[in-house]
Amino acid sequence: MTRTPLRPLARILAARAKGENPDAIERENIRLRHEQMRDKARMRAESRLLILSVAFVMGFGLVGARMASLAASEPSEPQVASHGAGIVAQRADIVDRRGRILATNLLTHSLYAQPPLMVDPQRAAHELAAIFPDLDEDRLLKDFTGKRKFLWIKRRISPEQMQAVHEIGEPGLLFGPREMRLYPNGPLAAHVLGGAGFGREGVRAAEIVGRAGVEKTFDAWLRDPANAGKPLQLSLDLTVQATVEEVLDAGMKLMNAKGATAILMDAHNGEIVAMASLPDFDPNDRPSPPVSGDPSDSPLFNRAVQGLYELGSTFKLFAIAQAVDMGLVNPDTMIDTKGPLVWGRFKIRDFHNYGPQLSVTDVLVKSSNIGTARIALQIGAVKQQEFLRALGMFDPTPVELVEAPGAKPLRPEKWPEITTMTVSYGHGIAASPLHLAAAYASLVNGGTRITPTLLRRDHVEPGPRIISERTSAILRDMLRQVVARGTASFGDVPGYSVGGKTGTADKPLRTGKGYAKDKVIATFASVFPTTDPKYVLVVSLDEPVETSGAEPRRTAGWTAVPVAAEIIRRTAPLLGLRPELEPVADAGVIRVRN
Amino acid sequence: MRILFAIFTIISVMALAFWAYRENYRTQAELSEMRELQAEIGQLNESLAVLRAEWAYLNRPDRLRELADINFARLGLLPLDPRQFGRVADVGYPAPDLPPITKPVDTVATQDLTQ
Repeated sequence: MTRTPLRPLARILAARAKGENPDAIERENIRLRHEQMRDKARMRAESRLLILSVAFVMGFGLVGARMASLAASEPSEPQVASHGAGIVAQRADIVDRRGRILATNLLTHSLYAQPPLMVDPQRAAHELAAIFPDLDEDRLLKDFTGKRKFLWIKRRISPEQMQAVHEIGEPGLLFGPREMRLYPNGPLAAHVLGGAGFGREGVRAAEIVGRAGVEKTFDAWLRDPANAGKPLQLSLDLTVQATVEEVLDAGMKLMNAKGATAILMDAHNGEIVAMASLPDFDPNDRPSPPVSGDPSDSPLFNRAVQGLYELGSTFKLFAIAQAVDMGLVNPDTMIDTKGPLVWGRFKIRDFHNYGPQLSVTDVLVKSSNIGTARIALQIGAVKQQEFLRALGMFDPTPVELVEAPGAKPLRPEKWPEITTMTVSYGHGIAASPLHLAAAYASLVNGGTRITPTLLRRDHVEPGPRIISERTSAILRDMLRQVVARGTASFGDVPGYSVGGKTGTADKPLRTGKGYAKDKVIATFASVFPTTDPKYVLVVSLDEPVETSGAEPRRTAGWTAVPVAAEIIRRTAPLLGLRPELEPVADAGVIRVRN
Repeated sequence: MRILFAIFTIISVMALAFWAYRENYRTQAELSEMRELQAEIGQLNESLAVLRAEWAYLNRPDRLRELADINFARLGLLPLDPRQFGRVADVGYPAPDLPPITKPVDTVATQDLTQ
């Protein structure tokens, strides 16, 4: 900034020359300079005031906005997040399709000891042995007086036991909280639920891990806190499951079978409403798996899913379904059933001789091996395999059990014509009863493939079409006739129009060669009602013998069928099915005259 | 005037401070009550879980079946049977009430006086 002089020489000299007072110039310049200074100071003050006011407006605006937002927002608890997590149980419940509890948690306590804190180890050991008879007093005393600083005494104790231990009054005996998995229904649906045990353990808590069944399949889901305690809803129905198990158990004992399984499945969406396998176990106290012997004899073995059996004549429906759908035969086509059918060095026989020929319907109704084999020959090996694969007979079932992927059906490596023939009547291929149930459901529900599931589903898209709707209706009619006048005549339940196919297969010998003479797997795969298929029921008995007659009878018609009929009679009302009068096939108005 | 304004300001600041102080303590009291409630909810949830488990245990099908068998003489309970389905038409409903009279008809009771 250049400083203008107050007395510029040029103007002073000019003023002197004119005789004016040069001081006036100086005063004038001072005035001007003061004016300039005043303006500058005012400018600065004004801008400062502006900034300050803006700052105040912003500050008060902020406070006002915060107050407005607080006033407008919903009141909430500021500390809810830190406390909420503790409320939700460690592992989600499992409920049935109507929300009844199948598995839940119960808070119990574990008992541990810290010997350094103990006052009177001798007395403690003595009293503990009195409360828990399975504990050894000497052993406890050795542990309490030894070098150990910490030891578990009991993993889970009841409140009464806890009180008794309290009353010992020993400061070295301590309790830790333990959540335990409780299956209030005992052995009900044991194979589906599986069981749970403790994983990593600490003093304050122990994690519960699934050991088998859905507990293991959905282990991560059940433990996920993000689900906020939402239970896992299965498709099982507790009442129906209990009824099925009760009837099956009675049937198994009546038929002197060593094992039995039943699967009740919704024919349209594949939901498994009941699945039982006997003998069973209590998942509250899951036995340890057997180390020797046949695993299939263990109660842990889920016959419905893990058991791979040659399911015998129940497979005949597949050959006939395919032949009808391909247009090779219709229900009235006559098939040559003259026996025995000799093919190379093999001979195929029927249970009885059914005469020279039978209609396709009668091949199924009378269960003729020869007739089915001839139909299968018409279909051919390649197409037969395609069809069985489409039905899911070659792959493990996709049901939500850890055991399922291990049960891959056993099928022959090579597929010569003799295999085509034997497979058509269910020999030489082994599948689980669940495979059979899923395949029957797919065939009778109108011909779309279903996926068996244990989870409750609200809506399921129909699967790929396997056979036409018309073929499906024909099959239902054939199955109805099997019950009405064929091998499954004991399966008739008045009002429910049961249709089904029996299957009696000889059990293969343990050695792997040949078949046992008097050991069979008797299976009945049924659908009800055939007029409007709703449910598919598969009942399979392991080594049944029915001894009410002169000689022991082992065929499915005498063993599995009555059991299945009783299951249907008892469960259909529970499933909400009203008994209906069956429309008679050729009922019509007949003109009569008198 | 100015003194009045200053006194008014001081009094209002004191009032606001008193109000804020009380609000603060009320909030803290609410918070601690909330913590107590949370703890209580947790305990109640726990006992609810126990009660649910007990309910499920007492209602297990095995036990109900046994109870039904034991009390058969008194209750006569049998498993559900297809024959137990009834029709709505079979239910003996009470006859519907007479509809209210909406259109009264004028009638005059006459007495035969000739008799």
